[in-house]
Amino acid sequence: MTEPLLEVKDLVVEYPVKGYRRKPFRALKGVSLDVQPGECVGLVGESGSGKTTLGRAVLGLAPVTGGEVRFKGRDIGHLSRGQRRGLASEIQVVFQDPYSSLNPSLTIEQSLTEPLRVRKVAAVEASKRVRALLDQVGLPTGAAQRLPREFSGGQRQRIAIARALALSPDLIVCDEPVSALDLSTQARVLELFKEIQESTGVAYLFVSHDLAVVRHLSHRVAVMYQGEIVEFGDGDKVTSDPEHPYTQRLLLAAPVADPDRQEQRRADRHRLLAAQTQLEEQTRVA
Amino acid sequence: MLRFTIRRLISGVILLFVISTLAYLLLYLGAGNVGRRILGPQASDATVALKNQQLGLDQPIVERYLSWLGGAARGDFGSSWFTQQPVVEAITSRLAVTISLVIGATLVSAVIAIALGVWAARRRGWADRLVQVIAVLGFAIPGFLLAVALVNVFALKLHWFRPTGYVPLSTSFGGWATTVALPIIALSIGAVAAIAQQVRGSVIDGMRQDWVRTLRSRGLSENRVVLKHVLRNAGGPALAVLAVQFVGLLGGAVIVEQVFAIPGLGQVSVTATAQGDVPLVMGLVVAVGAIVVIVNLVIDLMQGFLNPKARVS
Amino acid sequence: MTESAIVPLPDAAAEGSAARAHLMRRLLRNGTGLAAIIVLVLVVLGAIFAPLLTHADPNKADLNSLLAPIGPGHPLGADAAGRDVLARLLYGTRFSLAGALLATAIAAFIGVVAGLIAGYYQRWFESIASWAASLLMALPAIVILLAARAVLGPSMWMSMAVFGVLLSPAFYRLVYTAVVGVRNELYVDAARVAGVGDASIIGRHILAVVRAPIIIQAAMVMGISIAIEAGLDFLGLGDSSIPTWGNMLNDAFSKMYQAPVLLIWPSAAIALTSVALVLFANTLRDELERAGSGGRAKVQSTATGTVFGEPAIVHADEPGSAAPILAVHDLVVGYDRPGGEFKQVVNGVSLTVRRGEVHGLIGESGSGKTQTAWSILRLLPEGGRIAAGTIVFDGVDLSTQSEKQLCRIRGRRISYIPQEPMSNLDPSFTIGSQLVEPMVVALGISRAEAKRRALSLLARVGIPSPERTFSSYPHEVSGGMAQRVLIAGAVSCEPDLVIADEPTTALDVTVQAEILDLLRGLQRDLGVSILIVTHNFGVVADLCDRVSVMREGRIVESGPVRELFRDPRHPYTRSLFDAILEDGAARGALAHSSDRHTVKEGAR
Repeated sequence: MTEPLLEVKDLVVEYPVKGYRRKPFRALKGVSLDVQPGECVGLVGESGSGKTTLGRAVLGLAPVTGGEVRFKGRDIGHLSRGQRRGLASEIQVVFQDPYSSLNPSLTIEQSLTEPLRVRKVAAVEASKRVRALLDQVGLPTGAAQRLPREFSGGQRQRIAIARALALSPDLIVCDEPVSALDLSTQARVLELFKEIQESTGVAYLFVSHDLAVVRHLSHRVAVMYQGEIVEFGDGDKVTSDPEHPYTQRLLLAAPVADPDRQEQRRADRHRLLAAQTQLEEQTRVA
Repeated sequence: MLRFTIRRLISGVILLFVISTLAYLLLYLGAGNVGRRILGPQASDATVALKNQQLGLDQPIVERYLSWLGGAARGDFGSSWFTQQPVVEAITSRLAVTISLVIGATLVSAVIAIALGVWAARRRGWADRLVQVIAVLGFAIPGFLLAVALVNVFALKLHWFRPTGYVPLSTSFGGWATTVALPIIALSIGAVAAIAQQVRGSVIDGMRQDWVRTLRSRGLSENRVVLKHVLRNAGGPALAVLAVQFVGLLGGAVIVEQVFAIPGLGQVSVTATAQGDVPLVMGLVVAVGAIVVIVNLVIDLMQGFLNPKARVS
Repeated sequence: MTESAIVPLPDAAAEGSAARAHLMRRLLRNGTGLAAIIVLVLVVLGAIFAPLLTHADPNKADLNSLLAPIGPGHPLGADAAGRDVLARLLYGTRFSLAGALLATAIAAFIGVVAGLIAGYYQRWFESIASWAASLLMALPAIVILLAARAVLGPSMWMSMAVFGVLLSPAFYRLVYTAVVGVRNELYVDAARVAGVGDASIIGRHILAVVRAPIIIQAAMVMGISIAIEAGLDFLGLGDSSIPTWGNMLNDAFSKMYQAPVLLIWPSAAIALTSVALVLFANTLRDELERAGSGGRAKVQSTATGTVFGEPAIVHADEPGSAAPILAVHDLVVGYDRPGGEFKQVVNGVSLTVRRGEVHGLIGESGSGKTQTAWSILRLLPEGGRIAAGTIVFDGVDLSTQSEKQLCRIRGRRISYIPQEPMSNLDPSFTIGSQLVEPMVVALGISRAEAKRRALSLLARVGIPSPERTFSSYPHEVSGGMAQRVLIAGAVSCEPDLVIADEPTTALDVTVQAEILDLLRGLQRDLGVSILIVTHNFGVVADLCDRVSVMREGRIVESGPVRELFRDPRHPYTRSLFDAILEDGAARGALAHSSDRHTVKEGAR
């Protein structure tokens, strides 16, 4: 086994709560996870589970209270803003909301060259790079001179992916990148993610609330619940035959698009819930 | 709710303390040679020094401030440098006049503004444009300018009102009303403009809220939803504007009183300012500050009543 | 594979730059804006070229022309001291504008800098700055100015500088709010991750957003400064040695009985300039808002009330289906746009909901499914209307009913479950009162009776402590609980048809499963018909008897759920089924990845 690209160990993130002497809110309660080079690790959970916080902590956008975040062996959890900037060419991001992740008043080219300009890439060179990037994500080069509002949600997400690829990073944190998209668009954007991974070897930390999406794209899957990772392992195993009670509930809660199989799944879910409640009561008595 | 009230009260007292401290230090440090100013250029240096000593101005500023604060806590704000009248006396006799004027203007503008705002928001079209025009004029034209125009037209040309003078509310309501009618109109227009704009905006905004659709889907009429639910939600922002406007009205009263020769705080402050009568100015600052703190407290409490989320925080 | 993903882009770069058409140019094209700008330009020119426009000295008193009337020597007459009014007015403009400009510049500088720092870095600076701002706004400015005047003497520049400081919170609050708004935008996060420095982020992403609002605020503040400066002079507390509009007003006021005409010139100058400034600010704001609402997705627009597209594929119903309770026929819905344009969003929908069935209306965003649902309730947003078609509910065409008649149908006969639970409860009223009020109005029962019913409904929809939830405010309950409350509200008046608009979309998947169970149970117990709008085939499979697939404002295919799922015939329906990931294969393990499987003990 090679050295992991990203290694998160016992990570704790706390947000201060407004008010005098209030206890801070603990969004992550000691989370451990690793991502290998070229791998896609899916991070699945419901709202408030801390999955987005984990992604943001890796990006340096959330305060690391305890534990460590190691990237290529180096602790990046406590970097200053200046030091952090140096990591831009190695860790990148694609956010969920395709509407607010692009500045509405900048053209696509201006948005895409932003990371390049910081690296002092010459204008001509940057322009060339933008064309190549747009091509890579399946958009026409004419798109460069347009404003974000001229694009649909799926196209904007392609632009956001292009921006993330601009500096050829080793890791992209994808925070619910297809959740705001329609079903058919979602499928195509996921295909794009896969293609790009296969051609560039970039690794993904792929955050989503949708088990099916994560299963489709991830080599390994981690399940988060109330600030903890409750299950982490092979993608197929976790998303089809999970061991943790919460993952089991999560899996059976998602309705399948087949009336008969859904009836079956519903019955399974009710059985599981009954069994889990019973077990809980037994442990409480014991 | 009680804790909320107490907390607001404490922060009000702190605010008042900070204001008076800053005002005291700035006023007294900037006052220059007071004795010379009172006695005039003819007085000898010795008499000037003596005068300064009498006024306690030879003491260090911190000591003077502490003794002023001690007096203030007991309700003693010293005496005017020029008339020797106690500051409290000079202010309280005028305070009621200004307050009756400002509260009258606040109520009048709140009622008119809410009616106008709701009307504009619901009717849109020409009603909306009319309110917009009122808003622009009300915002742009200074109250005292309007006051001058009103005196000219309604008092001097048409003789509907007495141009100047004041009858206290305690003497006769009718007399009070006729003497303050023009001043209140002059004062209110700015506040009406601001509050009506806010109410209009919040009502239009409110009517677009999802819960309006849901309430209507339950069989409630649009009128009922607007007048009960939308208006209550618009109340919070409108009150916030009202609080700001109240401060503006208080300031506007200072000038408008001058136009109508109403013996309120405005007159005292202009004389005191022109003379550089620092103890009196100090008293005025504290009095106005106290009024603002009290009014803000009342408005905060009303906010708490209107908005359940404000009660918790 | 990407080709089909791309909406054809209308031709090239010219449009991109047109979209960014200069705000100033649009301002000039707006009549009011142009008038305001012309007035302001004239006022400024008058101030600058005062010496060219008049040869008179504004301060030279001439005993021979005391209160001289308008005439050749004095174009606007002379004042009580025999000074030329035109000269005083023109030079007065200089001083009044310069004073106001000083105040505005100081206010803007302090406010913008503090607002940027406080908004971007927050922490302790934000607390101090916000506190200072509220301190400055606590007292009427005029009182502070009077106090300052008492010790500093009658200098207009001094007063205006102090006033500038007093007004800085106006800019501070504006910039602070804007910066806090922008700094939470994801594109600012993206810029940070891209390694862009703070200064660059502020300049590129944040200043660009606040620039126009700052100009608007500056125009407003300028107007206020002119007024306050005139006010101080009018009180006789200004510097009477310089000609200003306020000093002219003060002089004229004291001679009001002899020469009221003298009041007109300074009053007109102050009023005209202030109104022009406010109008300039207002128009700029309006144009800015118009530019901002430039529309995200483009929806096609067609002529009014056209039904188009091929007819829907209809799968045969099972024999013995119940009679329809709702029949929508060729429904066309659209929005009136400024300029007389009609933007059509529903292009001829026909669908039938039978008694006691759950009918799914499925489609992607922008397909018009929610618009169809709102049309049935006759609760379209402002500007929306039904242009053609009928909506027959239990024998009555809803599309022609008056608002009054609709009020009797809504709630009691047809009710509604919305998508987003939190935004669909009035935040200012308790949950209980929002349940009780409609029952009292629609059913005419007493409040006590309504409360009793509300409590039992809350228990029925699975709320653990009905009493407590009844007296809670919406922000005190979770999204799942709020959705249960809304469902309770929807069935509170025992309707025949419930329209549920994506009732589970905003919820977590485990909560969604519970809500689906609840809906199924209620439907069974009450025998109510449900029209459920959704984009999720799983939800349809779970709950629905029949389904209609919607695309671009049309139904493309409809039929019994099992039938349609087994044999989707329309290419669009098939493409939707193909895009479902549930049944797809997992990606599988990476060659060199670890195969360790960890399960956390304890947390359940």
